Order: sequence, then structure tokens, then C-alpha cells
Amino acid sequence: MQGLIRNPKDFWSGVMFTAVGLAFAWISQDYQFGSARRMGAGFFPMVLALILAALGAFITLRALFTEGEGIRGLALKGLLLVPIGCLIFAATVRGGGILLSVGLLVLVSAAASVHFKLRTAAIMMVVLAAFCALVFIIALGLPIPMVGPWFGN
Amino acid sequence: MELIANLGIGLEAAFTPINLLYCLAGVFLGTLIGVLPGLGPVATIAMLLPATFALPPVSALIMLAGIYYGAQYGGSTTAILINLPGESSSVITALDGYAMARQGRAGAALSTAALGSFFAGTVATFLLAVFAPPLADIALKFGPAEYFSLMVLGLMASVVLAHGSLPKAIAMIVFGLLLGIVGTDVNSGTQRFTFEVPELADGINFVVVAMGMFGLGEVIKNLEDEHSRSVFVKSVTGLMPTREDFKRIVGPILRGTALGSALGILPGGGAMLSSFAAYSLEKKVAKDPSRFGKGAIEGVAGPESANNAGAQTSFIPMLTLGIPSNPVMALMIGAMIIQGIQPGPAVMTEQPALFWGIIVSMWIGNLFLIVLNLPLIGIWVRLLTIPYHVLFPGILVFCCIGVYSLNNSAFDVYMMAGFGLLGYVCAKLECEPAPMLLGFILGPMMEEYLRRAMTLSRGNPMVFIERPISAAMLALALIALLAVLSPAIRKKREEAFQEEE
Repeated sequence: MQGLIRNPKDFWSGVMFTAVGLAFAWISQDYQFGSARRMGAGFFPMVLALILAALGAFITLRALFTEGEGIRGLALKGLLLVPIGCLIFAATVRGGGILLSVGLLVLVSAAASVHFKLRTAAIMMVVLAAFCALVFIIALGLPIPMVGPWFGN
Repeated sequence: MELIANLGIGLEAAFTPINLLYCLAGVFLGTLIGVLPGLGPVATIAMLLPATFALPPVSALIMLAGIYYGAQYGGSTTAILINLPGESSSVITALDGYAMARQGRAGAALSTAALGSFFAGTVATFLLAVFAPPLADIALKFGPAEYFSLMVLGLMASVVLAHGSLPKAIAMIVFGLLLGIVGTDVNSGTQRFTFEVPELADGINFVVVAMGMFGLGEVIKNLEDEHSRSVFVKSVTGLMPTREDFKRIVGPILRGTALGSALGILPGGGAMLSSFAAYSLEKKVAKDPSRFGKGAIEGVAGPESANNAGAQTSFIPMLTLGIPSNPVMALMIGAMIIQGIQPGPAVMTEQPALFWGIIVSMWIGNLFLIVLNLPLIGIWVRLLTIPYHVLFPGILVFCCIGVYSLNNSAFDVYMMAGFGLLGYVCAKLECEPAPMLLGFILGPMMEEYLRRAMTLSRGNPMVFIERPISAAMLALALIALLAVLSPAIRKKREEAFQEEE
């Protein structure tokens, strides 16, 4: 297989585009297509999705005949911890309040760095949580609780 | 003199103490965030956008324009001082700017960048005031067919002038268009691609997309390779260029301004293309081209003027046609829509205070840049010394709070995380996120214009070719496309973008 894919970046982007295009086209079937004169809700997305799938197929095929660099050096820690940190923030902000959610986000995401040290992270947690509470809640008055209902408020 | 009367309206709108304050705040915040390494203007604007929602439209857009200039200048500062351009348009500045900084001439480089930008900004603002009204007049005569073709042209041109693989960029546009139509269809009320999630009924917020792709994606990418940056310059002295420097930079600034103003109007080009073109022009006209890359002040003056002029004139298609020529303008359009203003030629006649107020405030913003940045350079230098591993959790916190506060919705933050992943995957696969953002903004508009044009023509697609203006625009789009495919131009294009690598 590796011998066949000579341009992995192009190959996999083509695969991604084809998959996305086909998925959109699949779902678009449920919407009324209509006619050119009276376009239904499905017309524009269906046409676009098929164009995307075709472009993806073209890019994939072309990748078999061109040379390209391989995909190297995935930032696996960052790839996992950055989105997870955001998810934790979103899940805790309403119930736990800004101090908790910012603290957790900082802790989790800081762990993605190779320079991670628990002491620095702890200081950052405190500083950023206090800063956000001050700026976003006290100064700008965003409707986010300081300490959320989970703690009996 | 209609021009003077118009500028008068703008002065009146922009010169209120409160708007001046917002402009100043915008420039300050923009520079503050823009100076932080790894954050370009798109992420900066997206991050600061929620702060402007509560303001009245004129103030909000004035502040956003200020943020944009600040962010751009901040990018140049990092390019000169630590050879880490925050955005593509200051990649070129880093070549000679950083070399100058190493020779102890960081001050001269920074003030050259500021003065060049100010001059270019002044000229481009004036051009904007002169050319916007006639263009808007023409645009008012456009029907749906013309608008559709114009958008096709805009999207095509943005691909042609950007770098990277052509089919991939087109695919990214189509991907963006598809994401843009997620939500309730305005004509039939059908919920499209919402998976019965109520939060998706109004579509995906563009701030979520921009912040995920440009903010989060960038952060993950930077975590790949955490090499330590050394700030070469501890304190910047000798801000004023010498008399000889002045003599040297006059020509580049003038040429850069002219080039940048022209290229900025083109879709897709904007600031980045302008600075690339200006650099190669300076290299061509220089008596001794070998000095370039080793600290030639011309190599800072030309591109910096050009990128500021280009940034300014890229407002022309945005304000008059409602067509974004680059991701930053796409964000501005998104901001206008949030403020309840439909961007397009009607803005000028219906909201003259807004239109001319923005134009005048651009010039004021440029003035603030000089007033603010040269004295505050010490602070910016200190910001640069913050290590990335301390900085990025803070960036994430601001992204999360910014997106959450859009609708107080946790779902938006989940989606941002998803777009962050997508942004990183795209970066790894070398698919440019910028065309996708343009497509995302234009998606719903394009569908609407296509529908209207087809209904008016009773389903006859020939309408796009039979109407002369529409046909001309489609032809231009086709020519642009074919031009990239032709081997000779393709080689030139690759050369032009090569210096970035």
C-alpha cells in the first residue's frame, strides 16, 4: 500500500474531501431537490456535495502519480489535550462556574506542552482564573457564574 | 466637492470621543494580541469580536478595523524582533527586518515599518474614499445573476492568488460553502444538516469556525515543535531612522504603496500578495540586490507599506460589494451581519455615517498606530519574552470564553473543539483554511442569488452568460483558472511563494 501512495498528504486530503462530499450528498437526498426553476432545499447542497466528492476523487487519484512528502510529526498530546480541555471547559462552565472551568482548561491543556511542570501550571491556573473572573465577570458582566450551582449556590 | 462632504460625514461620526476611544482601544488590543507569537490577525479578530457585540454598529466596526491594523502591526513587530511572523503577510518583513535587528537596528526597522504603514494607510484610505462610491453605484445595478458570478470570480481569484495546490483549495471552498448552508433553509424552512440539534438550526456561527480553524488549529500546530525562541533584542534604542535611511526608504514606500493599493482590491490577494510582490520589486530595482536578506532597510519599507495599503484597499470590495477578499474581510462581513447590517452597495447610501465613519477611522487608526506603538515598544518586547508553554493555555481560555459568550452555549465550544481538530488535520494535509472561511461566509448568499437568478430566468442557466457583466466576470474567473494551469504562469506562481518556505 505504501508503495502505491506516493503523495500521502494529497491522497488523504482527497479521501477526506470524498468522504465529506458523499456524506453531504447522502443526507441531501432527504431534502426536496426541486427543479432549476424552483430550487428545493436539496438542490444547492447536492450539487456542491457531488462536486466536492468528484474533486476529492480527482485529488486522490492524482496522488498516485505525483511525489510528495510524507505526513510527519503528529502533535499527539496537543491533538488530544487541547480539544479535551475545551470540552471540559464547556461541560463545567455552567454548573461549576468560571473559576473551576478555567482552572481545569489550563491544567489539561498545559499538560500538552513538553515543558509542563505542575508548579507552573498551578500558578497559571490561579492567575488566569482570577484574571478571567475579574475581566469577564466583574468588569464586562458576562452572565457566567463565578462559582456555579454545583457548589450549592 | 462631494468627496469632502462625504469625508465630513465620516469625520463627524468617527471624531466623537467615544469612537476615538474605541478606535484607540482596538488598535491597542489588536497590537497586544497580535504581538503574541502564533496568533495572526484572523485569530486575533475572532477572539476580540465578542467584545464588540454590545457596542453600536459604528463603534463596533471602528474598533474592529482598529484591531485589524493593530494585529497587523503586531505581526510585523514579532517578525522583526524574533523572526517569527505572526501572519503570512509579515513573512517577508522577517527576512530583512530580523537581519536588521541582529545588527542592532531593530529600532530603525520598527519605525520604518510604522512610518511606511502610516503613509501607505493614508494614501489607501484616500483611494478608498475616491473609488468606493462609483463602484457602489455600479454594484447597485447588479441583479442576482451578476452577484452570483461575482462571487464565483471572487472565490476563484482567492484560490489563484493564494499558494498551494489548486484542486485542494477549490475543494476547501466547496467544503466551506457546504458548511455555510448548515441550518434552516430560508426558503422552505427545511432544517438542513442539523441532525435535529436545536443549536444548529441557526447555522454554525462563523466565529466558531474561525476560532477553531485559525485559533485552536494553530495552537495544536505550534505544540508540535516547541523550539525555544530567543528574543534577540532586550531593549530597543535608536528609534528614529537616520537621514540616510530616510533617503533609502522614500522610494520603496512610494512603490510599495502603489503596488499594495492595486493588489489589495483583488480578491484573495490583500496584504499577503502585496508584500510578496513589493519585496521582489524592490529586489529588482535595487542597485545591489545582494544586500537583501542581510538587513536592507528597503526590504522592510517596501513590503510593510504594501501590506498596509493592501489591507486598506481590501476594504473596497467588502464595503461596496459585500464580497470578502480575504478571511479578515470575511470576519468583518460576519461582524456586520451580527450588527444587523447586510453588507453591500446599499450600506453607503443607507448608512452614510457608518460607511464614511469607518473610512475616516481607518486613517485615525493608522495615526494611533504610530502614536501608540513607537512609545510602547518596550512593553511589546517584554510580551515577546513570554514562553509559549505559558502563553497557549491563556489563548485557549480566551478562545473558549469568547465562543461561549456568543450565545452562552456549551455546544458552540464543543463545535469549536471539533473545528480545531479539523484545522490541525487540514494543516497537516496542507489544505489552506482561508478559502474555506471565504466559502463558509459566501455559502448562504451564493445559494440565495443562484435561486433568485434561476427563478427570474425561469430555470434557464444561460442567464449567467447572456447578461454581459455576469458573463464578463465568469470569463475572468475562467481565465484566472486557466492561467494557473498553464505551465509558465504556474512556475512563476510557485517562485513567488517560494520565499515563504
